Amino acid sequence: MSVRFAIPIKAVLIVSALALGACRNPDRYAGAGGDMGANGANGANGAGGAGGIATSNLGDPSNPASVAYFNQAIGDRVHFVVDDWTLTDEARGILKAQATWLNAHASYGIIIEGYADEQGTQAYNLGLSQKRAASVKNFLISQGVAGARMQAIGYGKERPVALCSDESCYSQNRRAVTVLSIGAGT
Amino acid sequence: MTARHPLCRLLGLIGLCLTLGLAGTANAKVKITLDDPVIEPLPYAVPDFIGENAGSSQMAHDIARVVADDLTGTGLFREIPASAYISQVSSFDAKIAYSDWQAINAQALITGAVQVAGDKVVVKFRLFDVAAGQPLGDGLQFAGSAKAWRRMAHKVADAAYSRITGEGGYFDSRVVFVSESGPKDARQKRLAVMDYDGANVQYLTDSKSIVLAPRFSPSGDRIIFTSYASGTPRVYVMNTANLSTKVLDEQPGSMTFAPRFAPDGHTVVFSLDKDGNSDLYTLNVDTGALKQLTDSPSIETAPSFSPDGSQIVFESDRSGVQQIYIMPASGGEATRLSSGKGKYATPVWSPRGDLIAFTKIADGRFYIGVIRPDGTEERLLTASFHDEGPTWAPNGRVIMFTRESEGAAGTASLYSVDVSGRNLHQVNTPGSASDPFWSSLLP
Repeated sequence: MSVRFAIPIKAVLIVSALALGACRNPDRYAGAGGDMGANGANGANGAGGAGGIATSNLGDPSNPASVAYFNQAIGDRVHFVVDDWTLTDEARGILKAQATWLNAHASYGIIIEGYADEQGTQAYNLGLSQKRAASVKNFLISQGVAGARMQAIGYGKERPVALCSDESCYSQNRRAVTVLSIGAGT
Repeated sequence: MTARHPLCRLLGLIGLCLTLGLAGTANAKVKITLDDPVIEPLPYAVPDFIGENAGSSQMAHDIARVVADDLTGTGLFREIPASAYISQVSSFDAKIAYSDWQAINAQALITGAVQVAGDKVVVKFRLFDVAAGQPLGDGLQFAGSAKAWRRMAHKVADAAYSRITGEGGYFDSRVVFVSESGPKDARQKRLAVMDYDGANVQYLTDSKSIVLAPRFSPSGDRIIFTSYASGTPRVYVMNTANLSTKVLDEQPGSMTFAPRFAPDGHTVVFSLDKDGNSDLYTLNVDTGALKQLTDSPSIETAPSFSPDGSQIVFESDRSGVQQIYIMPASGGEATRLSSGKGKYATPVWSPRGDLIAFTKIADGRFYIGVIRPDGTEERLLTASFHDEGPTWAPNGRVIMFTRESEGAAGTASLYSVDVSGRNLHQVNTPGSASDPFWSSLLP
């Protein structure tokens, strides 16, 4: 996979903002302070749908130690066939490369997010997406990545990356994404 | 004349409730039989209720309109417009000119009166069988606060519906659902409740975390749902009185989802996933006792109790494809219920016990259907790009569900359909909405 765009190198301190945000809640879709406190009760504060914006720098993809390199050059995601959570040969190849990188960069915590396409029912897709995330986690463990570094979360059919209603989009949405967070590792 | 009706004690929230005279129904001619294969909408009249004191006329009009919306909205009734009336109803106790209502072919007539005193409202109504020339049941009176005026209107409509169909009503009920906004790849979801007809929407959470599939407890005092608030999807319980929320059960390293209360209100059944394997569990919310019901490497989810609490219907892909199974509520051997072509999901037992509603997926289309608990008489009620997640009206005669439209701009809406397949229509909501759950009839 080639580098498609360059991100200017910025100060390390911005990366620490990522760590703070990641430590609080592994759900990267959560709004700022994503909990159900008193604000949730009257519902007024969430009306705009705009939480705080956490800015973070993903680094330079030409730097093999960067998150950008992991996401783009190695590939942060694998894909699945319909109603299945077994890893394809292509997925195993990507995950072996992920494991090598993760073992060399042990300071990163890892969230594995599983997803399903919109063709199924909600509860089933939650179970299916969790199986996909667990498949990736277990494979990475088999490749020497410490299980304690990893958390698997199933998102069901929430948060598709491709929006059309045909296979060209569904195939992109049936995925498991390995998301890195600094400071949450061993 | 003002003897307290025995049922009135059940109408706690409304308080005062008096019978207003007695009438037999032995010679009733006005009747709708919901199981008839064809139902011609029954013509009825509901003149504006009488405003009996100063300042009550607007509410008297509004209440009659809600009654009409309820009844006409069922598709079983057809309202005769006021412009066709020959006689007017001048007072609540005036003698009914049956011949005038017969002449315009009204088969049922609803009259009512409203008194407003400060924050208090009193609503009286009577139902008449026009063809038989006699009242159909006793007059009833409801009293409550002014802000509950729509509920009182729904109670009038429930009484009329119930007397004419012989079935329980469902208008005085609420629906908890997920209010949706934003684009498909960043959908914002909030819990909300509304009256069954979309009025009085109230938001229960903000949209900071994904929330899914809220369900009322049998008495409506709690709502159980799935939230990503902690990062991991987990089941939470909300107290509907003060909206305080707590996690149902903290199982480290696992996710919990698809919760539903047992009819006893003390037990909750849900899916618990450990390391990518979902099985069904029950939790006693009083004692915290957790019990595992299934033990299978397949996906077991979407459980729903039978109304007597003795059985659980659920979906599993243990056969290789999603199908519906029934097992004892304590776990044990499951019997497969669905046998047709395609996938079967989200089974929900009717409050009457006679049917199980489900989602079916076949040939890329989604259907809402019903089937008997013995696996016979499967019928599909709807079909679209994506119909999902049925929930039953309190009388087991109407089903609400989520319908999603196709494509990048696709959104979710709530729809309603009779168990006969008739009267499919969209439910009025303030925006996109999904995951409806219909409450019991309110007290």
